[in-house]
Amino acid sequence: MIQKSFLSLLALCLAGTARAEWALNMPKGITDLSVETYNIHMLVFWWCVAIGVVVFGVMIVALFKHRKSKGVKPATFSHSTTAEVIWTAIPVIILMLIAVPVAETMVKLEDSRDPDISIVVTAYQWKWHYRYQDEGVSFYSSLARASLDARRKQSGVDPLTVDNYLLDVDRPLVVPRDAKVRLLVTSNDVVHSWWVPDLAIKKDAIPGIINETWFNAREVGTYRGQCAELCGKDHGYMPIVVEVVEPKAFQAWVDTRKESVQKVASTK
Amino acid sequence: MNTAVADALDHHDDHGPAKGIGRWLFSTHHKDIGTMYLVFSLTMFFIGGAMAMVIRSELAIPGLQFVHPEFFNQMTTMHALIMVFGAVMPAFVGLANWMIPLMIGAPDMALPRMNNWSFWILPVAFSILLSTLLMPGGAPAGGWTMYPPLVLQTGDAFPFLIFSVHLMGISSIMGAINVIVTIINLRAPDMTLLKMPMFVWTWLITAYLLIAVMPVLAGAVTMLLTDQFFGTSFFLAAGGGDPVMFQHIFWFFGHPEVYIMILPAFGVVSEIIPTFSRKKLFGHDSMVYAASCIAFLSFIVWAHHMFTVGMPLTGQLFFMFATMLIAVPTGVKIFNWVATMWRGAMTFETPMLFSLAFVFLFTIGGFSGLMLAAAPADIQYHDTYFVVAHFHYVLVPGSVFAIMAGAYYWLPKWTGHMYNEALGKVHFWASTIFVNLTFFPMHFLGLAGMPRRIPDYSTQFTDFNTVASIGAIGFGLSQLLFVWAVLTAWKGSKATDRVWEGSHGLEWTVPSPAPYHTFETPPKARIANEAFE
Repeated sequence: MIQKSFLSLLALCLAGTARAEWALNMPKGITDLSVETYNIHMLVFWWCVAIGVVVFGVMIVALFKHRKSKGVKPATFSHSTTAEVIWTAIPVIILMLIAVPVAETMVKLEDSRDPDISIVVTAYQWKWHYRYQDEGVSFYSSLARASLDARRKQSGVDPLTVDNYLLDVDRPLVVPRDAKVRLLVTSNDVVHSWWVPDLAIKKDAIPGIINETWFNAREVGTYRGQCAELCGKDHGYMPIVVEVVEPKAFQAWVDTRKESVQKVASTK
Repeated sequence: MNTAVADALDHHDDHGPAKGIGRWLFSTHHKDIGTMYLVFSLTMFFIGGAMAMVIRSELAIPGLQFVHPEFFNQMTTMHALIMVFGAVMPAFVGLANWMIPLMIGAPDMALPRMNNWSFWILPVAFSILLSTLLMPGGAPAGGWTMYPPLVLQTGDAFPFLIFSVHLMGISSIMGAINVIVTIINLRAPDMTLLKMPMFVWTWLITAYLLIAVMPVLAGAVTMLLTDQFFGTSFFLAAGGGDPVMFQHIFWFFGHPEVYIMILPAFGVVSEIIPTFSRKKLFGHDSMVYAASCIAFLSFIVWAHHMFTVGMPLTGQLFFMFATMLIAVPTGVKIFNWVATMWRGAMTFETPMLFSLAFVFLFTIGGFSGLMLAAAPADIQYHDTYFVVAHFHYVLVPGSVFAIMAGAYYWLPKWTGHMYNEALGKVHFWASTIFVNLTFFPMHFLGLAGMPRRIPDYSTQFTDFNTVASIGAIGFGLSQLLFVWAVLTAWKGSKATDRVWEGSHGLEWTVPSPAPYHTFETPPKARIANEAFE
């Protein structure tokens, strides 16, 4: 195991891009708001870098120049109102520059009016349930079989051999591209949190409360996330998979889901 | 007891400590109680650290190798409770006990018997908490935040968790009352409030925070208790209660708690940086105002821990703006430390090294804090390893480094001997390298999408987790060097009264080691004044 750890450390040092999914930064995501969120993240980050360069720069200069071993005599000043006013005012200005665009995005995030599709997301220990309000489709979504077998303690299965280990489900949430999807998030037992990084959505699922959130995916594809709020022993094992498909494919998917439900009902 | 009281009334010769275990069990002496707090804190640091080692070993590579998810959750929960309430807070109380009377020229803490009680409650509280590991259903596993309804699924450990939290709260409140009464009443003549050393100031503010919020925590956990056993529904939706209300109450405690753990750290480094820069602290008064501002703001930002629970837009905006404001007074403190170093004559003994690392690395934690304040981005960061990285940066190279710095700084005053400087420096460099190796990669993990509090993860997170685990094991082992440095300090060269060339303040006017009784009469105004300058 130690050998393996060292090997992966070595791989990290040498290659850095050994794995395709290997990421350093927040994903830009596939909705307008996920891109805005990413931009806010980078905006604050670069401000921090700029402040850091100045503050650490001054400090490093002092550390090298103003040391006793260089024979300097310590100065005697111990305060300066001008300096203190300046370094109180500048951060205030920077904060205002940050706060305005951030507040604009927040207003948009909360605007879940006029959705094209509404889906009730109910969290259970430890799986998700999705109910499409108008389409009459509902189903549970839980950890895929391959991950389920490999996740057991000392299962003997190497997680590296499992596709999308711990991030795959039996039945994904399917949504059409370019549609405003409203999620009504709640829980049947404890607090969970529905999170898909590429959609930049994280909403707590709380018993007794229905939370609203929304997204509008701009690109087709498969996007993965996980429960983000500690919800008991299998908290790490209730992933979320969202498949964004073309609107036509979505309609076809809804029809087949309905048919299969009718089939099951008629055989009863 | 009676004879002791009669003794004290009859004569004032120097009488030393009581013999045997009674010296510790019945101690009303600030130095002995301070020592007990510090030893207790170090013990808890290693117990909590051992749990961190379990966590990081399990997370070193994907797949479950060592523990079951249930036990993993117990480890994360207990690690946090022990480190917050058992290691960091008692360490600062220990430093306060030792140093506040020495710094303000008082003979002892104002309420010595309460002091004894507030210490001895702690070993009881943590024995109760640790005993839950052996109970059916195991230790609490619902996170240190104890969110209902999950926490109500705890097994037999549940009432023990609540009662141990109650006891920790009682201990903290008594300690805080003692600090306030001591500082307000027992200062040397001429030591006006604004002449007080920064460590005393930050502790005074911290003590008020403690008194304000520990009862709130006690109330919250008591409501959990009655929800579980007495049929109430404060937090149970089925009975008309609101699970989110617990989060509001908890974080009303929890956010000031964050500053309870960092303000005394600000105080410690504000003592050390001037000493080794051979220059007075820059902007003493603005430091006081900044700390007070931070304390005030800490009461109106709690819901930034809850941007994902579903709050009205106006609420979110308010908490976001208030949170961003904290950057201003915190910035003032950092700029003032840098200005203190500027054009000083610095030397780099171990306490200074730890303090400098504190300024660098706490600032990095502050940057990630500013990023977290931006609510839309916080929605992405929330409950991921980015948050884990953030609060470990402010707590480990923040609070813990300040405690280490303080320990090395005052150790010669406590023991009368210089610790081994080379050993201290090795400890410092090992700690600093490993702490960054542990926590820096966690930023990337969080941004890439790894949630916190999970025992196993998807394979794309492997590399950074492995690095973090190697760093964590290294950091854990490095702390043994600290124990070694402390234990060998008694063999070092004799310390002078002043110990450090640039030191200033009343604690350096008494001999090293500090005699058992100090300042039985208040220091003369002139001496005191010189010491403040």
